[in-house]
Amino acid sequence: MATETLTLGKALNTGLRRALENDPKVIIMGEDVGKLGGVFRITDGLQKDFGDQRVIDTPLAESGIIGTAVGLAIRGFRPVCEIQFDGFVYPAYDQIVSQVAKMHYRSRGKLSIPMVIRIPFGGGIGAVEHHSESPEAYFAHTAGLKVVSCANPQDAYVMIQQAIASDDPIVFLEPKRRYWEKGQVDLEAPLSDAYPLHSARVVRPGTDVTLLAYGPMVRTCLDAATAAAEDGRELEVIDLRSLSPLDLAAAYESVKRTGRAVVVHEAPSNIGLGAELAARITEECFYSLESPVLRVTGFDTPYPAARVEEEYLPDLDRVLDAVDRTFGW
Amino acid sequence: MAKGDPGGTTRGRRAAPRSRKRAAGDPELVQLLTPEGERIDSVTGPDGIEYRVDFTDEEYRGLYRDLVLVRKLDAEATALQRQGELGIWASLLGQEAAQVGSGRALRTQDMAFPTYREHGVLYCRGIDPIMPLGLFRGVDQGGWDPNEFKFNMYTIVIGAQTLHATGYAMGITMDGKTGTDDGEAVIAYFGDGATSQGDVNEAFVWAGVFNAPMVFFCQNNQYAISEPLERQTRIPLYQRAAGFGFPGIRVDGNDVLATYAVTRTALDNARHGQGPSLIEAYTYRMGAHTTSDDPTRYRIASEVEAWQAKDPIARVKAFLEKQQIADADFFAEVDEQARRESVHLRERVLAMPNPEPVTMFDHVYPNGSPLLDEQRAQFSRYMESFEGSAH
Repeated sequence: MATETLTLGKALNTGLRRALENDPKVIIMGEDVGKLGGVFRITDGLQKDFGDQRVIDTPLAESGIIGTAVGLAIRGFRPVCEIQFDGFVYPAYDQIVSQVAKMHYRSRGKLSIPMVIRIPFGGGIGAVEHHSESPEAYFAHTAGLKVVSCANPQDAYVMIQQAIASDDPIVFLEPKRRYWEKGQVDLEAPLSDAYPLHSARVVRPGTDVTLLAYGPMVRTCLDAATAAAEDGRELEVIDLRSLSPLDLAAAYESVKRTGRAVVVHEAPSNIGLGAELAARITEECFYSLESPVLRVTGFDTPYPAARVEEEYLPDLDRVLDAVDRTFGW
Repeated sequence: MAKGDPGGTTRGRRAAPRSRKRAAGDPELVQLLTPEGERIDSVTGPDGIEYRVDFTDEEYRGLYRDLVLVRKLDAEATALQRQGELGIWASLLGQEAAQVGSGRALRTQDMAFPTYREHGVLYCRGIDPIMPLGLFRGVDQGGWDPNEFKFNMYTIVIGAQTLHATGYAMGITMDGKTGTDDGEAVIAYFGDGATSQGDVNEAFVWAGVFNAPMVFFCQNNQYAISEPLERQTRIPLYQRAAGFGFPGIRVDGNDVLATYAVTRTALDNARHGQGPSLIEAYTYRMGAHTTSDDPTRYRIASEVEAWQAKDPIARVKAFLEKQQIADADFFAEVDEQARRESVHLRERVLAMPNPEPVTMFDHVYPNGSPLLDEQRAQFSRYMESFEGSAH
């Protein structure tokens, strides 16, 4: 296996490059994705190599990015749209929710919109307001969209290519604070053999409590599991990867063994992914549960000022606190 | 070329034609056929372009037939709604010339992005007129294949389709399909109310920046439900184009000939790589916004009567009669065809079956979803649990 050490950001960049090479219909569009290579450099060098007809610097208007991408998709292209930051996706909300998501349904399958909407999401980088949000529930709640999030460089490299190859419209959430984390990436394994896009994965086996996370919180949960092991508790960590549809077979199997589940996400708890996960796990694992499914999440405030985000965001200690509480019933 | 599409070939004209710079009364309105049925040979628009049409007698009669059929089928749909057979209907009454004129100006390879009122354009594209009735009856969400007919699905969210049209047009450029006579172009339909939407303004920006081969076709029917034009703009709409860097022109939207001429020119310019333009088709919504609306609450009868005198069909009929292009037998035959087709439409609407409930789960995703598979299975079991269920 020929692997390379890449940051998550570079893995995405390499995956995008592969997609552009493999299919002439793939185009990248967004603000500053060309010469600049994107504000996070995820599209670095792509316009230089593929030209400004395939890597398109767009006017500064998010609805326009998604709306024109719909037309390009109808025309037969496969647009990969970059929304610069999570908090800037809302001007495009109508186009995503009413147009992208529904076109295949309304046309009874005659049109499909094979679009990927890349959004760097989540906090932890000390940013000013509107740059640290976790909007996944809005999109996961929308029929017609699929939503995924990668948590490590290997998945970033594979999942972005799988998302682009899929005919479904996919919101692709990138954990921006993990862009610089490094990992081994197998650049040669064929995409057709890759782990399926809409599948969860156990990333650390354990026996005592099941932690469910995605995107930036997978690393946090792994760290929590390492710390818990020192205290003699074995936490199983599941990276959900696909937020819509959810793949919960591994979670059910795990919770039936551990009897305890904690869901961790940065987004606020109220009506969030954690609520859906808790409901589904409770339905499926009711007789195995030793405690209610607990949630460790951001608070139901607007994203706070950066100097207090560390207190807002779930961290190792808050995860372990919840783990402790599952033993309190 | 679509069936019945007038080609606009050159021929001798019967009328004693006269040229003039602009139509009387409104200096900014391109007009080739007055409300009295008087033919104007050519008009030089404010853009310096000379607009004219040269139709054969058969083509003139064809346009008249289109107008009458489109109006009759629309009236039948309104009647079907009144009788409870459609949930709602958005009538095109009064806008037949704007739609037939622009619809017939499209070449076969051109792509159209409609609102929910473009029944006349839909007809010109060769789509079975029953298709939109399925949408408004509630048995489907529009049934035609957008790529087969080069006519996208109706778009109900105001202005959203203008961005789709712009993206499609960008795709034409990327495919290298401009610059020749058989190049492709796009037309985006929208109304006066839509010009206030961000999406429409973003579409103008995009189209200008990317020199998209497209025509923005605004049917200014003077009202956005109850709100008059003055609530959307303080300058004439076509003048907005200048700020976005492309030409804008206002045409008499009740004049099928002028609408045809202006649209065809704009589309041909676009297909030859000259970029986008905006047409404001100045018209009037003679009916209600939809069958749920009551226009007597916000507009006065004398205004409607004034527009009645500018009817898009009456003027064509007057012209055909004056020029002896059509006789009484022809008009009777067209009326009879319209009657026959509307009866046929009614029969087919009444026979439209309700969809099987379980089909609501179809086509949510090209690749399907395990969640939906599960819900479909649960729903099917639930339906089967009823005694005597046919499921």
